[in-house]
Amino acid sequence: MNFDFSDDVTAMRREVQAFLADRLPVGAVRQFLENGPAVDGALWAEMAAMGWLGLTIPEEYGGSGLGHEALCMLAEEVGAFLPPVPFASTLYLAAEALLGFGSDAQKAAWLPRLADGSVTGAFALAEGAGEPGADGIRALVEQGRLSGSKAPVFDLDGAGLLIVAARDAAGQVGLYLIDPAAPGMERRKLRTLDLAHGAWSAEFHDVAAEPLPGAVGWPAIARLLDRAAVLFAFEQVGGGRAALEMATSFAMDRFAFGRPIASMQAIKHKLADIYVAVELARSNAYFGAWALHEDAAELPRAAASARIAAIDAYQLAARENIQTHGGMGFTWEADCHLHYRRAATLAGIIGGARHWRDRLFDQLAA
Amino acid sequence: MDFNDTPEEAAFRAEVRAFLDAHAPLKSAEARTYRSRELNAEDVRLSRQWQATKAAAGFAGIHWPRKYGGRDGTQMQAAIFAAEEERYVVPPSVFNQGVGMALPTIMTHGTDALIDRYARPALFGEEVWCQLFSEPAAGSDLAGLRTRAVRDGADWVINGQKVWTSNAHFSQFGMLVARTDPTVPKHAGLTFFILDMATPGIEVRRLKQISGTANFCEVFLTDVRIPDHHRLGGVGDGWKVALTMLANERFTVGKAEGPDVEDILALARTLTIDGRPAIDDACVREKIARWYVQSEGLKYTRLRTQTAFSRGRAPGPENSIGKLVSATKLQEIAAYGIELLGQAGAVMDTEVAPLNAWFQEALLYAPGKRIAGGTDEILRNIIAERVLKMPGEMRADKDVPFNQIPTSRR
Ligand SMILES: Cc1cc2nc3c(=O)[nH]c(=O)nc-3n(C[C@H](O)[C@H](O)[C@H](O)COP(=O)(O)OP(=O)(O)OC[C@H]3O[C@@H](n4cnc5c(N)ncnc54)[C@H](O)[C@@H]3O)c2cc1C
Repeated sequence: MNFDFSDDVTAMRREVQAFLADRLPVGAVRQFLENGPAVDGALWAEMAAMGWLGLTIPEEYGGSGLGHEALCMLAEEVGAFLPPVPFASTLYLAAEALLGFGSDAQKAAWLPRLADGSVTGAFALAEGAGEPGADGIRALVEQGRLSGSKAPVFDLDGAGLLIVAARDAAGQVGLYLIDPAAPGMERRKLRTLDLAHGAWSAEFHDVAAEPLPGAVGWPAIARLLDRAAVLFAFEQVGGGRAALEMATSFAMDRFAFGRPIASMQAIKHKLADIYVAVELARSNAYFGAWALHEDAAELPRAAASARIAAIDAYQLAARENIQTHGGMGFTWEADCHLHYRRAATLAGIIGGARHWRDRLFDQLAA
Repeated sequence: MDFNDTPEEAAFRAEVRAFLDAHAPLKSAEARTYRSRELNAEDVRLSRQWQATKAAAGFAGIHWPRKYGGRDGTQMQAAIFAAEEERYVVPPSVFNQGVGMALPTIMTHGTDALIDRYARPALFGEEVWCQLFSEPAAGSDLAGLRTRAVRDGADWVINGQKVWTSNAHFSQFGMLVARTDPTVPKHAGLTFFILDMATPGIEVRRLKQISGTANFCEVFLTDVRIPDHHRLGGVGDGWKVALTMLANERFTVGKAEGPDVEDILALARTLTIDGRPAIDDACVREKIARWYVQSEGLKYTRLRTQTAFSRGRAPGPENSIGKLVSATKLQEIAAYGIELLGQAGAVMDTEVAPLNAWFQEALLYAPGKRIAGGTDEILRNIIAERVLKMPGEMRADKDVPFNQIPTSRR
């Protein structure tokens, strides 16, 4: 048994951290935020050049095929450094959907372009409020044409590939590939909590849609969400870790009553509790990483546990990071709100904690 | 990341299972539900016997050196044995303090003569140990202890009182910290001793816990003589030795035993709420799912620690997570089991209370888990100070000679 990242992935993590710390010094991300969410295209190209986008894509499709363990590590670092790039939409959702359910021709057409960074992906499941489920999918594909509406669709801006959940004339739900530039799609940008991930609403009027042949029925979509849940969990663990580091370092520097606030027990115990929550979430995520990597039968249980622990830990860390910073934490200038906004966004993006707890319980009681 | 046993680990696990199958029944649903919390003489006898059987087969002190009766095995093997043993009905262990805490401490700080004398008898279940640390005025603030040790020829003479000493009434030896110099700051004036519990001048009185059972004791020490060669570490080095023992304690007592997720789920399956199965109730589902996620987090945190261990890293202060989280979880699960029973929740009669009143029993011992071996608050301090590197407490007694430290409100 070895319950840690491999030496290769650990070595790669150090490179990733060094690069992101250098490329995204504190505050750098702001130039992309002041005027509403935007993507740092140059950074995306650099990430592609370093091979970060093709980790789970087989060599025959232009990736390195290093596997999901490496992607989990990268997701954690992305969560910690908050780069304004469509990492999750492209890799956890679009690429995973193609890898899991695409035809050989679809994989050959799209995966190389995802790996080399020339195309980013987006994923459209939600149709307004509500948790993921077959019942919530009303978008309809008839004779290869999609009609209906989706919202929110994250990272649609600039995406060259859109994967949409819809049902066919017989009522069977599945996933379809859409060219976002194809005629018949109207989009409207939505105001969002997260400043680095824009979201859109999209209306489809007879847009050409190509089925992903393997994605038939809700269980297939649920499986995609399970896989994505593990990757999101790592991103949230990274965010929780970063928020805790911010809070700890601020508490050391900030003096009140003649001493660092870090010497006050109410602060110490608060941060100790965050540490515990983040570490438990990390351990659950590790189990998820193993299940993902091995495609193990335990994946649904592991994914739900990882997702729930990660949602709670990141939200706790983000919330209490602001509290630890006092008035400073409430300002636009401090970075605390970036995590606060991101934590709330990631908490709902593929279904919230209540939904995943329910799913988990069904498996425990089965 | 790999959960599967290596071929060597798998072979070892098979060996362990064969041994356990030959000596103990697997736990059944009923067997896991109830365990008497009061250890009687028969429990102690059975516990010693089981320890002897394990030791004879090479399954006690797995990572101890062979010359002390161990196996020269790895931490991972020890963890595999512990995980497998949990699946069987075996007597409760009275060897945590000895095999888990005292002997590793003696191996770190003791002379070869002391290790040779004490390692095997502890490992083979012949000698039981207790931990004589806490005192009426020194628990969390252990270094504030007042029991005195005064040199007299080849001996030390001990006077004072220890309290909350688990298992003292059937222990042969105790690990004792006492004050040898009250004129220096508190941590500097302590010395560590091995105490033979049969020495004249020791009076052990059992103390009742809130449950009414009595597994811990008060130990009064009056002119008790300890030969100097039973000193562990240098004169004045007692704090260092005590810290070793506390680190071993945190590693030994990883998790608070008791009704867990599967038990509260089993209970919920038998109950209805407003005429509908309790397991369909949204609140029940949410709570149980939460505890499950916590349990899983703890389980995989332990595996991470074991991995770090097997790569040669020492167990660090992050080990505090296990007890901190599991003790509170235990208390919450116990209380929720009782809540689910509604109007009959407060009944402890095993004819009425499901699972042999395990939830009610657990409600009465869970508070002790949050106190023993470092309180919740002390564990949070440890995480904040040693893991997150936050500053230590403001100390009113820093650098003050022990005998000038204020002890009460006036
Ligand atoms: C079941 C059980 C078995 C035990 N077995 C043994 C044994 O075998 N051997 C042995 O030596 N001892 C044993 N103990 C004693 C145990 O180690 C102490 O009870 C424990 O360390 C707390 O000390 P105390 O009882 O003096 O409480 P105190 O230290 O007086 O604490 C009282 C309260 O104050 C809080 N507090 C204290 N200091 C701080 C601080 N710095 N910051 C924040 N809060 C603080 C505590 O968390 C607690 O809530 C046992 C205790 C129990 C309950």
